[in-house]
Amino acid sequence: MPWIDACAADDIDEEDVIRFDHDGRSFALYRSPDDSFHCTDGICSHEHAYLAEGLVMGYEIECPKHNGVFDYRTGAAKRAPACDDLRTYPVKIEAGRVLVEL
Amino acid sequence: MGKRDYSMHGTDAARAVEAGLAAAEWYHTDVPRKEMKALMTRADQPALRDTALLFAAMIGFAAAGIALWPSWASAPFWLAYGVLYGSAMDSRWHECGHGTAFKTRWMNDALYQVASFCMMRNPTTWRWSHARHHTDTIIVGRDPEIAIMRPPEVLKLALAFIGLRDVAQAIPRMLLNASGRLHPDEATWIPEQEQPKAIRAARVWVRIYAATIALALWTGSFLPLMLVGLPRIYGAWHHVLTGFLQHGGLADNVIDHRLNSRTVYMNPVSRFIYWNMNYHVEHHMFPMVPYHALPALHEKIKHDLPAPNRSMPDAWREMWPALRRQMQNEEYFLERALPPTAKPYRLALHGAPVPAE
Ligand code: FES
Repeated sequence: MPWIDACAADDIDEEDVIRFDHDGRSFALYRSPDDSFHCTDGICSHEHAYLAEGLVMGYEIECPKHNGVFDYRTGAAKRAPACDDLRTYPVKIEAGRVLVEL
Repeated sequence: MGKRDYSMHGTDAARAVEAGLAAAEWYHTDVPRKEMKALMTRADQPALRDTALLFAAMIGFAAAGIALWPSWASAPFWLAYGVLYGSAMDSRWHECGHGTAFKTRWMNDALYQVASFCMMRNPTTWRWSHARHHTDTIIVGRDPEIAIMRPPEVLKLALAFIGLRDVAQAIPRMLLNASGRLHPDEATWIPEQEQPKAIRAARVWVRIYAATIALALWTGSFLPLMLVGLPRIYGAWHHVLTGFLQHGGLADNVIDHRLNSRTVYMNPVSRFIYWNMNYHVEHHMFPMVPYHALPALHEKIKHDLPAPNRSMPDAWREMWPALRRQMQNEEYFLERALPPTAKPYRLALHGAPVPAE
């Protein structure tokens, strides 16, 4: 699967998330408090909401629509009404760029 | 009989889906990400302070009520205790259900369980119904939490102030759930893996009520019921007084919270009881913002919202005549004017009806 150049590492603040759209799909890219980068589906598994509009707290993302929570490192749903896990995608940093394997 | 069918499986439910009103894209005021992040930030301290105050006041009022029981001199203390139990717990249930009251999750969950019990709202069932209320706010046939259905009925509205209808529905539902079954409506919105939780909570509650009733019989006194259960009736009035204002008299079947929700400035005591839910347009637009940050959010976006009502009496003076008109003509609603600084309503986009004159 190809590695896609998503953005510059500095485009994402520490403990934050941005939206990344590619090939008609939406993803969420995260930068954790310990400076690791992660990628999940961009749309909540509960209903239609962009996770990038939510709040990152530690290693969790809270959905902006009904406050469902996921661990963005594993995609695991942690708090109702989010029940189904998110898909996650491998991420690497090269020359200050965030690459995602999609 | 009104024209609207509020059931979750009726004609209006199907029509809402057809018209694209279900799970639609709602209007949001633009707020820069940095500012929104600051507003969304969680904290334990405000809710710890408020919760300590709430429980201390409940214990104090209950102790005075017990000490003066059965004299009428105990009545004011019961009234105060009742409002905290039957109304303040409504807003605690709500805020903790969103998970925004505290930063620490177990604190949210613990208060959520206590508040759900006081309000007789199954903690699992109502989490899901409230999620639907946020997805499809005041969409007929989709939103299970519409407090004032059109055409409004005076008797129903009046009874709500003593919580009788809520309790009359909650008790059979609790017994049904405790027997291991769900109501068909509940089964449609609670995912299967969550359903056992609803049943477990109902079973715990049945035991608590059974113990309370047994204690009342054993002591030959109403007192245990004055503490547990009955305050849901005699203390409900404040959450109804404030809750009816959330959406009452405003548009339904629209996808802009500025059209169907109301922000009202309130006195500090009511705001404590209601945990700032008087900023209701703001809450619906941005449910991630905790109650303690809603006044700041209001300041940030008020240029884009209808002017808030100045007080509870002012809001009731606006709403009540509208409800009276809806009793004659259920199509009538109040369309609230936007300030010149606001982005206009996109009425045509969501097919909102024009206010009937
Ligand atoms: S849409 Fe994300 S929790 Fe409901």
